[in-house]
This record gives sequence, C-alpha cells and structure tokens, in this order.
Amino acid sequence: MDIAFLITAAAILAGAAGAMAARSVVHCALCGVVAFASLAVAFLQLRAEFVGFAQLLVYVGAVAILIVVALLLTRNFEATHEALSFRPWALGLAIALLVSGAVVSAILGSGLGVGAPPSAPPPTVKAIGDLLMTRYVVALEAMGVLLTVALIGAALVALRENGPGRPAKPGEQGSVAGRLEE
Amino acid sequence: MNLGKGILKGLVETARNFVGSYYDPARLVTIQYPDERRALPEKARSFPMLVYDGEDPEKGLRCVACKICEKECPPQCIYIVLDRDEKGRPLRRPKIFDLDISVCMSCQICVEVCPFDAIKMNTEFELSTADRFGSLLLHKMDLARPASYYLGLHPVEAGEVNARLAAGPGHAETKAKPAAGPAPAAGTTSGAKPGDSDRP
Amino acid sequence: MIAGVPPSAATMFEALDQLFVSLKHWLVGQLPPAWQSWVSLAISAAAILGVFMTLFALTVLIERKGLGRIQNRYGPNRVGPWGLLQPIADLIKMLTKEDLVPSGADRVVHFVAPVVMVVPVLMAYAVIPIGRNMAAVDFNAGLLFFFAVGACIELAVFMAGWSSRNKYSLLGGMRAIAQMISYELPLILSTLPVVMLAGSLSLVDITDAQAGHSGGWLARWHVFTPWGLAGLLLFTVAATAESNRAPFDLPEGESEIIAGHLVEYSGIKYALFFIGEYLGMFAVSALGITLFLGGWRAPVIWLEWVPSYMWFFLKLGGFVALFIWLRGTLPRLRADHLMNLAWKFLLPLVLLNAVSAALWHYTAPWTFVGAGLARWLLCGSLVGVPYVLLGRRLFAGQHIGPRTYRMAA
Repeated sequence: MDIAFLITAAAILAGAAGAMAARSVVHCALCGVVAFASLAVAFLQLRAEFVGFAQLLVYVGAVAILIVVALLLTRNFEATHEALSFRPWALGLAIALLVSGAVVSAILGSGLGVGAPPSAPPPTVKAIGDLLMTRYVVALEAMGVLLTVALIGAALVALRENGPGRPAKPGEQGSVAGRLEE
Repeated sequence: MNLGKGILKGLVETARNFVGSYYDPARLVTIQYPDERRALPEKARSFPMLVYDGEDPEKGLRCVACKICEKECPPQCIYIVLDRDEKGRPLRRPKIFDLDISVCMSCQICVEVCPFDAIKMNTEFELSTADRFGSLLLHKMDLARPASYYLGLHPVEAGEVNARLAAGPGHAETKAKPAAGPAPAAGTTSGAKPGDSDRP
Repeated sequence: MIAGVPPSAATMFEALDQLFVSLKHWLVGQLPPAWQSWVSLAISAAAILGVFMTLFALTVLIERKGLGRIQNRYGPNRVGPWGLLQPIADLIKMLTKEDLVPSGADRVVHFVAPVVMVVPVLMAYAVIPIGRNMAAVDFNAGLLFFFAVGACIELAVFMAGWSSRNKYSLLGGMRAIAQMISYELPLILSTLPVVMLAGSLSLVDITDAQAGHSGGWLARWHVFTPWGLAGLLLFTVAATAESNRAPFDLPEGESEIIAGHLVEYSGIKYALFFIGEYLGMFAVSALGITLFLGGWRAPVIWLEWVPSYMWFFLKLGGFVALFIWLRGTLPRLRADHLMNLAWKFLLPLVLLNAVSAALWHYTAPWTFVGAGLARWLLCGSLVGVPYVLLGRRLFAGQHIGPRTYRMAA
C-alpha cells in the first residue's frame, strides 16, 4: 500500500461520509461526486485506464448530473433535513454489517488478493471491445435493451404530462432520458 | 437543398462587412470621441448660463435678479439673492446666482421665461467631477459667459435676441408679459424666440 | 520522410520539427534519473499552460477586433499600438477588481466552482498531440479521457449556478446542464466513426491513421471522406454548443439572464470561468483537428517541410476564426429549437454517419472503374438524403423568413 493509494482511499471514504452526513441535499450530491472521482483515480492507480475514464464519464458526467437535475426539479430541495438520519439505528447497523460482510466475503472468496498479482499487461481498449462484442455480447445487448426501454418509458412519462397530441416540452425530461442510454 | 442556405448567406454578409471595413472608410462611422468630435447641432443644450454684455462679467450681467426663473424652475435648482446697496435699495443685479446642475434637468423653461434674455442654454457637457457637492453647484461667475460666446453657440437664436435687444429696452419689457401673467398680450411679442412657438 | 527536398535540407527541417522535443529531452537529460519522468511531465504541463494561455489572450483580442469589424466598428484600439496591449489591461483589471461573494452564497462551492471549471480543461490538453511526438501523455483511451474530464465542466457550471443563490445564476446553470448533456451525445457519437475506422481510442494512433497520401499528393485526412466531412460538420455544431459559444450561448444569454451562472462572479474568479470557456473551445477544436483534419499533418505532400506544430496551430487558428465568424453572424437559438436540433436532427445524423463510415470501410475493396465516385455517392447520400428529409420535416409548417407585423404600421 503506497501513499497515493492511501490518499485516494481517504478521499473516497471522506466523499462517501460527506454524502451521508451533509445537511444540504446538493452538498450530499457534490460529496458523492468527490467519491466517484476518487474512485476513478483508484482505478487509474490499478492501471485500469478504460474503467477509470469510464467511471469519470459515466458517474461524474452522467449520474451526478442526473442526481443534480433531479434535485433541481424537485420542489423545496433547498430545505435541509435535520432528521435525515435513520431512527432505528440498530436495524441500520445490522443491514450495513450484513451487506459489507457479504461484499468482503465475496472478495476474499474470489481468490483475488491472495497470491501474486497477475503479471499480464493491462488490457487495451481494443481487447475490451473485442470481449464486449464476443463473449459478453448478450449481456451488452440486454443492457442496451433495458436502457432503451427506460428511455422510451421516460419519453412516455414526459408526453403524458403535456397531454396526447402535443409534443413533449423540450428540456430536462428528454435529456435525462437520453443520458440513461449512455 | 435549401437547408443551411440562410447560415451561408449570413456568413457571406458578415464577411463582406469584415473585409469592407478595411477598404471602405465610409463604413466605419465611429467617431473616436476624445480625439475626434462631432460639431454640435444648433439647438444642442446642456445647462443654463448667464449672458453678459461687454468685458466685465460683474457689471455686464443682463440678469436683474427678478427671480422669475427661480420660481418657474420645475426642479428648483436656481437660488437667487438680490443685491442691494448700503441703504438697502435693490441694485437690479444678483448678489448670489447659484445653479445646481446635479438637479437641473435642462428643460430650458428658465430661458423661455426670462424677460431680459439673460439666461441661455450652454452646450458644455464635459462637466464630470470627482467632487459631487462643490463642483456641481455653479455660482454666478461660473455661469457667466460673454454675449459673443452665446452668439458662437447658437448663431440663429442669438442673432434674433441681439436684434430684439437693439430695438430698445421697452421691447424686452413687453415680451415678459405673457410669461409673467396669464393674460395674453397679443401683438406685443415681436421677434418670437425659437422656443416660444411650442409653449402653450 | 520528407518528399521533394534534398537530404541536407530534410535533416534541417526534421531538426526544426523536433526542436521542442529535443529541447525537452536535453533538459530532462541533465537531471538525475529518478526525477526525469516527473520533470518531463512538468515541462509538458508548463509548455501547454504557457502556449494556450497566450493563445487565449490573443484570441480574446482578435475576437473583439473581429466582431468589431464585422459590425463596422474599430474594436479595441486604445491600449498600445492597434490595441495590442488590451489583454494585459484586461488582466490587470481582473486582478484588481473586488472579489465579491453574495452573502447568501454557499461560500465553499462558490469558491471551488471556477477551479473545477479550469482544471479539467487543462487536463484535457494532456492527450492532444500538438505536433510530431508532441503529446504530453499517450493514453490508450485518450479520447475517452478527453470526454471524461470534459464532463466535469458541466458540474462546475452547476456548482457556480447553484452556489450563487441567484435566480439568474440558477437558470443559467439549468440551461447549461440541459444543453451540455444534450450536445454531449452528438459530440461523442460524431467521433464514433473515427474510432471505428482507426481502431483505437488513442489520439496519437488516430493521427497516425491519417498518415499517407492518396493519389500521391493529397493527405489522407478523414475529412476527405464522405463520413469524415459529415462528421466534421456535425462535430463542429456539437462542439460549438458544448463550448457554449454563440449561437448556442443560452446559458450565458446576457440579454435574458444577464450572463447566467457568471452573474455573481467578479475579479479573478470570473476570469477563471472566462479562461475555462476559451480553453475549452481550443481543446474541442484541437480534438476536431486531431480526429478529422489530420492533427499536425500537412494537407499536401509538398508542404510537409513546414513544422508539424505550425500546422496544428494554423488549423486551430482556422477553427477559432470560424467560431468568431459564427458568433458575429448567427443570432442565439431559442431553448426548444436548441433541444430539437440536438435530439431530432444531430442525433439521427451522427448515428447514420457511423453506418456510412462502416459502409465506406466495407466498400474499400471495390476496384471497378468509378468505384471511388460510387463509394462517395453511396456513403454521402446515406447522410445527405436524411439531412434533407429531416430538415424538411423539422421545418415543415414553420414560417421562415422576414417577420410581418400585423398591428404595427
């Protein structure tokens, strides 16, 4: 573990903690961005260029913006909530422990982390593309269909607000839906 | 294939303007103000001034401190104190004539009501100052301008005024009647001033 | 390497071309090996910063002069000869202005937003090859990196708009997000054909894919293919919108929302936004040059002796001039027209352009007489016909032309 990783890890944790602790909803979203971006840096440190950049593009460029736009379209989003914390904390703690335990055990059981790290060169974008188009093509297509359905659904929701026959108001709805397709 | 033609036409038009501005000086209509100046039109006006005859602004001032302009001034920016001699008799000249150009709205009503052609509109406009209280309150000597200066500013108007003044002092007195009282004195106003015609 | 010149001259031109590269190598070579990689990166970063900041200052001046001439004005001509020192005067003004923060503002976010604006834009330059062997880093996924850091700009605009606690700021931020998200899609998809045919996301590889000459003299830039030409045009439209330039400057819209997210910024923070916007414009132009206009490569074989970086900056200057020209010509779009253009017009066309590129690739083995013309017609019509049809359809029922006023005399 080198210092760079420790800094990145601290930034991820700080961002995640901030996203939970901040009073203002927009601050939560921005702290989330810090966590997303730091995660991208962590991927880069693992020499996974493509995943790192994709993380930045999709999570900072799309997901964070989606959250922010949703917040802006929400009424009273400026209100700060004192009681955002989950009341029955014992239940929350139990669920958190359960989830993290499952994730940790899955990672430990996967054979990663034990033994020497793989010495293969980092995969190129071309290799990733080849894999996506051959071995994982079904998963990719399924994802594409799912997102297309979501896009059409969003467009339909937007249409209904304006009544049949009238075109949807251009703006947030359309762009958010389009973002999903990425 | 009409699509995008408008954009291309617009681009050609702006390009023509761009190139043309280098070859055709007539296109560049900008007057680069502090270096170049446009001649002011005949009826330009900024703030009032006090006209005096002769050389000495103290003695030649046409103003007799009748205070008509002070009373008529809509924003009340004029302040006049009549000068008196040691015995307290009025001297028919202002002791104080102050004009606050931060209040004045250049309406020219003082000029129109003045029976003595003593107050006229100046055209000086570069009056900006760092001292907004002292420098914007003009005193008698700041306002005084020789009659020749007035003739230079507004040749047509000043020519008429000069002709009227030369006709005799009685003439100027009679002219005051329609302005001072409500009763119209028909036929008494001889050479109408340019501003007179549009008054009710 | 260089055609048509004697060998001695060729070496000289080669040296001139690689002047800055060898200079950097020499400088780095003076240092202990442990530092070398870091110092090399630092020198590249400093060079990028210096060159593009100078370009920024020049562009602002040229833009103001050019817009002035388009409107038959002089433009700035007071500071220095022909107004050449105007950027310095502007800089001093910006630095000495009071740095205002509204009392209701979110101070931290308000402070961070300009930084978030400028830093990603500067990072984007890292992957642009501005000359032969002159890319700061050659990422395997350079294009993806470019768009990834570019996506952070949207966030900066939102942060500025939200943190100012000003309705105009918020409106500007909303407009900016809606616009940038909508145009990011056509922008990214318009680069897809290039990636497909070059087979790489690395910008250095993409430049190399445009090496060689067709017909023995004309460079094989992507713009000389039907899909490349269409791609460049579509890319330029999307790039103009993505960099918030007129006619797509709705987020700023000084006549409606008085500069949008910039309302509450003054002094050096405002200057940072300004710099970020212009550097973003250069970056996206540089990307267009790299993808479609051969990067630093010469257009014809006889001009290859001109140093590669000269070609790059010449093309960049062309792009900047085009942006200024467009700004001086076109009025601002309406918000719904903006969205219609992105989703109903650009998006179908960029997708069809990808198909056109694939067709171009698979018809490459054709050898019969007139095959080149046939390929051009086939691939060109695949984009051109939908262009006409879509355009007709979108304009159907709309009156376009001089406006008539019924009530006015």
